[in-house]
Amino acid sequence: MPTTDPATIAALKGVFPELAVSEFRGQTRVVAPRAVVYQVLEKLKRDFGFDLLVDVTCVDYLHYREATDRFGLVYLLANTRTNERITVRCFVNDPDPTVPSVVPLWEGANWLEREVWDLFGIRFEGHPDLRRIVLPEEFTAHPLRKDYPLQGLGERHNFPVITRAEQ
Amino acid sequence: MPLTRTTLSESLPEGVPQEYLWTMNFGPQHPATHTTLRLLLTLEGERVVDAVPDIGYLHSGFEKIGEHLDFNQYVTVTDRMNYISPMANNVAWHLAVEKLLGIEVPPRCQYLRVIIAELARISDHLLCNGAAGLDTGAFTFFIYAFNPREQIYSIFEALCGARFTNSYTRVGGLMNDASPKAIEMIREFLRGLPKVLDDMERLLNRNRIFVDRTKGIGVLTKEEAINRSVTGPIARASGVTRDLRKDEPYLAYRDFDFKVCCATAGDCYARFLVRMAEMRESMKIIEQAVENLPAGPVNVGIAERVALPDKRQVFTTIEGLISHFELTMSNRGFPTPCEEVYSATESPNGELGFYIVGDGTDTAYRARCRPPSFVHFALFPHLIRGHTLSDVVAVLSSLNVIAAELDR
Repeated sequence: MPTTDPATIAALKGVFPELAVSEFRGQTRVVAPRAVVYQVLEKLKRDFGFDLLVDVTCVDYLHYREATDRFGLVYLLANTRTNERITVRCFVNDPDPTVPSVVPLWEGANWLEREVWDLFGIRFEGHPDLRRIVLPEEFTAHPLRKDYPLQGLGERHNFPVITRAEQ
Repeated sequence: MPLTRTTLSESLPEGVPQEYLWTMNFGPQHPATHTTLRLLLTLEGERVVDAVPDIGYLHSGFEKIGEHLDFNQYVTVTDRMNYISPMANNVAWHLAVEKLLGIEVPPRCQYLRVIIAELARISDHLLCNGAAGLDTGAFTFFIYAFNPREQIYSIFEALCGARFTNSYTRVGGLMNDASPKAIEMIREFLRGLPKVLDDMERLLNRNRIFVDRTKGIGVLTKEEAINRSVTGPIARASGVTRDLRKDEPYLAYRDFDFKVCCATAGDCYARFLVRMAEMRESMKIIEQAVENLPAGPVNVGIAERVALPDKRQVFTTIEGLISHFELTMSNRGFPTPCEEVYSATESPNGELGFYIVGDGTDTAYRARCRPPSFVHFALFPHLIRGHTLSDVVAVLSSLNVIAAELDR
């Protein structure tokens, strides 16, 4: 997979000196604090040509070794001209897991952010239509969190049984 | 499902007299949805004013399961994501795992994986285009397209014993090597396919009913395609020249000569033509791969400690025995780095990627699947606005939405 151009990273660090940059197997990751994550993504899109939002997802680091933050959001961006890729991370914690929505930048983020809200309970500020997408509206938990058991919390067993009306 | 906040009331165009609007429920069980998905259509006469997709009927939580099954077990779940082309999912999943581990599979395995991924592409496109014909009234066309799929299933059966849910790949290799019989079946298939494709093209490419029903329907421009994260044949039909096989060559795609098929119209007809053209390119790739198939092992050696060694090594060498023991005992397995990777492949439907977080064990801490169908179905309201009710099925089949992948 093509990596990110080092000049891009250097220029980005010039604008946002607080970014932490790391690399693994040729993939460059940028950790942006919550306050500037929107500005970083906007800058990457407008000035560095990362026009394709490949994915928005999240990882729950509840029992992860040496983890300090609970949720880590993942924005995977790609440049359709140069085929560069970059990963932008943003960590949020529990009393208020909120990040700004990137729907104003990419229309494609709409459903991806709804899915993260549905399964992880991360709120996206400024999202035009933040409701559950794969689970029913009545569902209360966020099942991809690590404190949600694999077997569920008994939601299935408590479904009302619909019987045929008496003749 | 109570739609608490629909876009219905907000996005109505100016001047539409609201008392003429009526709501139609499309699906979740309808022959033209092919699987389980639901649309709430707002109609003005026969014209679709708005559509609200409602998904989740097939939600199976496979990302949660991915945190509990190990890297080799989870391949059975990837079969069930996009069950039209399970081999492509198998390849994508194990490529991601091998990327996390930093392993490169032997050349023979790379070629065989290319062959199965391209066969999966042909089988996916045949079904998608066949269903596009079926939904617009060309039943014969569907049967023409379905016949070679049967042959592909037989090839997969010869390769791995399963026709539908294959689970053919393993970490660091394949379940087993391809037999000469399977290779011969692939050759046989390649000899017969051009005639089928010619027939299909002659049946529909200039068929007036089909062209009228698909040309200019569901137009997606290049800028919108990129802005809405669209990938694969749908993006290429809108003029985005992005194909991961060329742009980020994985496996052995660097060795083959093939073209990236693009169109500029961005309508249903262009998507149909792109898929037809891609099948011919896939055929070229398979032909080159089969004729140049390298000799050698299909699995990585015992030094990597991820693939089962063959029986002779187990019985005659101590390394083989240890490796076999470590891999088969449920409390052992192989170590992974505490790191995260994203690996993407060009699946028949678009970019199919896996974001894997390793935590030291051979079970993923998080196995995120980037599903192309999910991203593409979000397009639907945008594409259908202003078209008629009969165009709903044409647009739906051109997007090739697979509900199992869509509903996660």
